[in-house]
Amino acid sequence: MPEQRRRKPRKIRPSKLYSFACGRSGFNQADQSHLGQPGFSRVVYANEPDSLSFPSNNISTTKYNVFTFIPKSLFEQFRRVANMYFLITACLAYTDLAPYSSTSAVYPLVLVILVTMLKELIEDWRRKQQDNDVNNRKTLVLNADGKFKYSQWKNLRVGDIVKVQKDEFFPADLILLSSNYEDSICYVETMNLDGETNLKLKQSLEKTSFLQEEGDFVEFKAKIRCEDPNADLYTFVGSIEIDEQSHPLSPQQLLLRDSKLRNTDYVYGVVVFTGHDTKVMQNSMSAPSKRSKIERKMDRIIYLLLSLLVLISTVGSVFFGIWTKEDLEDGKMKRWYLRPDDTSILYDPKKAAVSAILHFLTAMMLYGYFIPISLYISIEIVKLLQAQFINRDIQMYHEESDTPAHARTSNLNEELGQVNTILSDKTGTLTCNSMEFIKCSIGGVAYGRGVTEVEKAMAKRRGSPLLIEEREDENGTGINAEGTKIKGFNFTDERIMGGNWIKEENRDIIEKFFHLLAVCHTCIPDVDELSGRVSYEAESPDEAAFVVAAREIGFEFFQRTQATVSLNELDRLSGTIKKRTYDLLNVLEFNSARKRMSVIVRDENGKLLLLSKGADSVMFERLSKEKSDYEEITKVHINTYADAGLRTLVLAYREIDENEYAYFNKKFTDAKNSVSADRDEKIEEAADFIEKNLILLGATAVEDKLQQGVPECIDKLAQAGIKIWVLTGDKLETAINIGYACSLLRQGMKQILITLDSPEIISVEKTGDKEAIAKESKQCVVKQINEGNRLISAIRNESFALIIDGKSLTYALEDDTKQIFLNLAMGCGSVICCRSSPKQKALVTRLVKTGTKKVTLAIGDGANDVGMLQEADIGVGISGAEGMQAVMASDVSIAQFRFLERLLLVHGHWCYRRIASMICYFFYKNIVFGMTLFIYERYASFSGQAAYNDWAMSAYNVFFTSLPVIALGVFDQDVSARFCLKFPMLYQEGPHDDLFRWSRILGWMSNGTVTSVIIFFLLTFSFGPQSFRSDGQPADLAPLGAAMYTCCVWAVNIQMALSISYFTLIQHIFIWGSIALWYIFLLAYGAITPTFSTTYYMVFVQELASAPLFWLAILCVSGAALVPYFSYKAVQTSFFPGLHDYIQWMRHEGRADDPELGQVIRQASARATVGVSARFDARINQQTGRVHHVVQTP
Amino acid sequence: MEVEEATTSTTGDGDTTDRAFSTAHSGALYRFKQQNLPDWRPALTPGSVITIFLVMGFFFIPMGLVCLHASESVVEIAYRYDVDCVPESYKNDKVAYIKDSSVSKNCTRRIRVDKYMKAPIFVYYELDNFYQNHRRYVKSRNDKQLLYGLKQKDIGSCDPVQTTNGLPILPCGLIAWSLFNDSFNFARRTEPLKLNRKNISWQSDREHKFGKDVYPFNFQNGSLIGGGSLDPKVPLSEQEDLIVWMRTAALPKFRKLYGVIEVDLDANDVVSIHIANNYNTYSFGGRKRVVLTTSKWLGAGKNSFLGLAYLVTGTSSLLLSILFALIHVRNPRPHGHST
Repeated sequence: MPEQRRRKPRKIRPSKLYSFACGRSGFNQADQSHLGQPGFSRVVYANEPDSLSFPSNNISTTKYNVFTFIPKSLFEQFRRVANMYFLITACLAYTDLAPYSSTSAVYPLVLVILVTMLKELIEDWRRKQQDNDVNNRKTLVLNADGKFKYSQWKNLRVGDIVKVQKDEFFPADLILLSSNYEDSICYVETMNLDGETNLKLKQSLEKTSFLQEEGDFVEFKAKIRCEDPNADLYTFVGSIEIDEQSHPLSPQQLLLRDSKLRNTDYVYGVVVFTGHDTKVMQNSMSAPSKRSKIERKMDRIIYLLLSLLVLISTVGSVFFGIWTKEDLEDGKMKRWYLRPDDTSILYDPKKAAVSAILHFLTAMMLYGYFIPISLYISIEIVKLLQAQFINRDIQMYHEESDTPAHARTSNLNEELGQVNTILSDKTGTLTCNSMEFIKCSIGGVAYGRGVTEVEKAMAKRRGSPLLIEEREDENGTGINAEGTKIKGFNFTDERIMGGNWIKEENRDIIEKFFHLLAVCHTCIPDVDELSGRVSYEAESPDEAAFVVAAREIGFEFFQRTQATVSLNELDRLSGTIKKRTYDLLNVLEFNSARKRMSVIVRDENGKLLLLSKGADSVMFERLSKEKSDYEEITKVHINTYADAGLRTLVLAYREIDENEYAYFNKKFTDAKNSVSADRDEKIEEAADFIEKNLILLGATAVEDKLQQGVPECIDKLAQAGIKIWVLTGDKLETAINIGYACSLLRQGMKQILITLDSPEIISVEKTGDKEAIAKESKQCVVKQINEGNRLISAIRNESFALIIDGKSLTYALEDDTKQIFLNLAMGCGSVICCRSSPKQKALVTRLVKTGTKKVTLAIGDGANDVGMLQEADIGVGISGAEGMQAVMASDVSIAQFRFLERLLLVHGHWCYRRIASMICYFFYKNIVFGMTLFIYERYASFSGQAAYNDWAMSAYNVFFTSLPVIALGVFDQDVSARFCLKFPMLYQEGPHDDLFRWSRILGWMSNGTVTSVIIFFLLTFSFGPQSFRSDGQPADLAPLGAAMYTCCVWAVNIQMALSISYFTLIQHIFIWGSIALWYIFLLAYGAITPTFSTTYYMVFVQELASAPLFWLAILCVSGAALVPYFSYKAVQTSFFPGLHDYIQWMRHEGRADDPELGQVIRQASARATVGVSARFDARINQQTGRVHHVVQTP
Repeated sequence: MEVEEATTSTTGDGDTTDRAFSTAHSGALYRFKQQNLPDWRPALTPGSVITIFLVMGFFFIPMGLVCLHASESVVEIAYRYDVDCVPESYKNDKVAYIKDSSVSKNCTRRIRVDKYMKAPIFVYYELDNFYQNHRRYVKSRNDKQLLYGLKQKDIGSCDPVQTTNGLPILPCGLIAWSLFNDSFNFARRTEPLKLNRKNISWQSDREHKFGKDVYPFNFQNGSLIGGGSLDPKVPLSEQEDLIVWMRTAALPKFRKLYGVIEVDLDANDVVSIHIANNYNTYSFGGRKRVVLTTSKWLGAGKNSFLGLAYLVTGTSSLLLSILFALIHVRNPRPHGHST
């Protein structure tokens, strides 16, 4: 069967269908002259693979390799200030300066570094495996025996001849030699490169199109000379030399890696660029290592703490110096018991200054507890675990494609909670890239009861009973007669379906309407021999949707020959299915300038018909002067459709008389055959001549199918205060449609449109003077931007939308204009950039990121989004689709856009909150500990004597305080997931950075200081000089230190319990377990031989446990230490509550589901200007009542 | 406990083999992974704030009273002798007095007992402004030598008091070298009071830190004599004054146990203390006291600080609770309504 299938299309030469795109002879000979010069030096011998002078086709996106791993990862580690500090400390710990034993100081650092390196290794290993997936894909390569054999992509060499089959990706950049079509054309989908969904047409040189069988290649030799690897996707300069004859090559012959062969059974090509030389890889930047905003701020806090450390160490060593100096005055010893007469340099009254300086180092080590060594590793561990929760979230798992969410780099989790702007790709991200014929207006009557995603979302937002009605609707008639869903067709209307259209009043128009849909297109039918069903290979999904719609209504297009189009249709007179054939005379195909497509056909009665479809902007002006009575109502329908986010096309036709046609045909053929520079214009002129005086038939509405849940998701994100920009490679109209579809645009929003389509610019462009064009265009863009800015500042209470096209963007992004452009964009509720190249997407992302200093998130699915994903603070890839580039360049991958809602509002919010609280708490607990040490120094003449035992000290961060803080970082929730989603404005805490602002950080630090002061003084005075036991033993350093340590452990852990409001068994185990662990440590450590445990030998069993004063003091001190924080928190939640406090209260009182309260909270927060809700509110304001109308019609 | 149900929408069980997710939608592990474990979410409402402060106040104040009562019922006599024991002629140069070995250091003082003191009466000496916690001082000892004696050769940690005349000092180090050597004898009227000086150190120290067959060697033989000397015939584990001294104090003002008087003292009893005032605290301005005190369950010695701390914390909690209650009554605000 594949054999037969292949033969069928070979009968025709599709290039005939394309007047504009094919057969262009306008090669610029000047370009060719560069060949052989620097930048254009590549020489490739086809069929003579060369693996020596060119890189292999192996790609690698890993950060490290075997050799660079250790130095590079160590370097990354010690880029962190804190780690550097600890390294120096560790080195000094081996000298006499150390206030504690060396091993107890070094092991935490070694542990931390090893674990972090292990984590890096695992992450890079995963990247490597993904590369391998791509590198090990297989393709057919011509081997030495002249046979095509499967070979892995990575083994491909420059000069290899490959055969790529339908729906396969091109493994490298190829020069097209031939295809299964006689005229050697092929269709290419470049969605991965530029995001465009329209298929691109490529055609080989005639000289090579004879290569059809394996045998043809045996003798085939060619020398290709071309440009060196570069990143420009749209240019290619080269020539191919066959039989001593040179033929120029153009981008028309270049097939790019990562684009896909479509609608063509196979092609043959020569590899010219491999691996990292390919255009797509040249476009991708190396993976940057991203650090989150919080981490960067954390570095600044570490600097602050380091300066604090230096400060108190200085204070300490100055006092130490003074007191040391005083110990020996005029040969008289003061503190004789220190033997100031017989000293080492560490304590030398004669050189007190030197001693003081050395003591400074000791103090730096002693107070090192201010710098939490385990902070980084704790954060890394916490983030890995958080990432696991993201990966395991069943509600972000896409069952159909079996794809869970995947946090690829875990160090950006909390950044997900701070996103200010989302930059989204369109195709494959917002939309599924499938078009569905959903509504039409024929002769002024609107048909089609399908409900679009937007309408669904609106109904849901309103929460009206209509929603249920709709559901019933869907279950009832939403599925077609056979009960299966047809791709591209979502139309239900019993008035015209199932042959009922013949009963309609305007059946003539309906018949013409569907005739037009069935005839006016460039699709190629494919009849399944077994079932007799016809499927279509179309250039774009909307083309296919029209033909499918015609088929479903009863006008089945089933055959295309070189000159005819055949339909099976109902004969109205006989009532039977009849074959009808049209002679296809001319095709005036669609392009973005014309915005319309026409065919000229002769029907069976010999009548000449011009059938035309196109955008309303160009079609209405071509209608005949005598207005049809339904023109106005059709316009109304079109506006309604457009507002619902549908793509509309206007259909019209006219009959042509023979003379007129003969005149046109001559003109058109002449134009087509001309080789002069103004060929395009001549064709255009000819087409213009015939496409006029049309008679309106109606309009179609095609839904660019949004992915499931996209409008709701965007609405939630907008309510959460996140700005959403759409960056797409698509056309302006498409982009605007999608803007409507996902509620980023709505009626009543002021649109600021920046384009270079004005007549003046076009006329300048015709001159070809590049400098003049640039100058003129720039001026034009600046003018439009300034106008926009004026508009925004003039009108306050409007929401604006900015739409800019790629060409204008080029100028807007230049250094001197980008600031005003950014201002304009920031003033707009939504921003849409269309026809933007991958590079522009990245540049826009960078502009937003650096210009606003806010967190940006880019989301995309194709290779064209890679730059943007890497540039943004967070790149989110859509996985599950075929291309892997975006996922590989992303930081988080999800299967569907709608999961972004949960990813940001739930996981992002939680992670941000967790990490922020965790870091604050970390500083708190270390300051508590460090400050007790410092205050103690005051009473130990700043000599550097630690209040606690060495090993106990170094275990503080590792054992007694780390687990609860990790539990906080991994599990804490301020409100449950349900409320996170119910009250999206809660998310604003992240972008506003409420939980990690300096006031909060410093607040926690002062809390730590207060706690330590309370602990120190209350405890030492309670233990005071008297005996703390009834048996008369007074406390020496060991029991006092142990008691103080106990207070710290209690206070710090109870503080944790106070500051969280979410307890599961885990929290209880970790918090109370940590306290218990300290007692266990005291018992165990105290039981070891005294030569190791030294002062803590039996300190608990013998000295502390049996003293009631110890227990009473612990209780009082820990209680008192927490009163300040608890009072603060009580005042704050009672009088200055945050949003989460409200929600906690409401939930506590069981009123969280009270819709009224929800509304109050929603209104208290900032109003979103885009999204379904905003649109709903806007409609309410307009008081039109149209919403009701739309849903109630059926 | 509130349990929030996941609003799971994906419940199709379909083809369960070979999937990224197991479709088991229940069980503790599932709830853990979905971050939906049974939880307790306390909210800090004004009611709970008032209650917590109230409870804390009502608990802490009685505790404070109990502690105060305990410390108040302790009878303590502290007598500073470092100035009194210096003869008039040396008042201006106390350092010369303490360094002059020809002057007698003995001194007898009488103190009156205010209240009845029940045995055991603990006797302490208290030093002030003495930095036993100076790092140089704390480090200067060798625990292994104390336990194993001369077998322990490496006594570098004892710097600067390691050897004299080329021989190692045992016990080495600054702490031992500066051993406190004032002594006290007590008499009621003329009858000497028996002072029990056994078991004044921690049992673990005697048994595990100071060797039973380790005898002082070459101790205080240097040119510069620090503090007291030791009887070379008594093993370290029985040199309790040394053991007590070797437990370095936490703060510059500290007490160390000297002995226990095992008879009651009545009110108005006059106790005479015979002090050998040998120890030099004059050069660094340190004060010396002798302390007699009875013992209660909270400890031996008068210290009402903990009781006061309890009282203050409890009272402030109570006040805060009243303050919050007042604000809440005067300005009741239903939660969830923003102002």
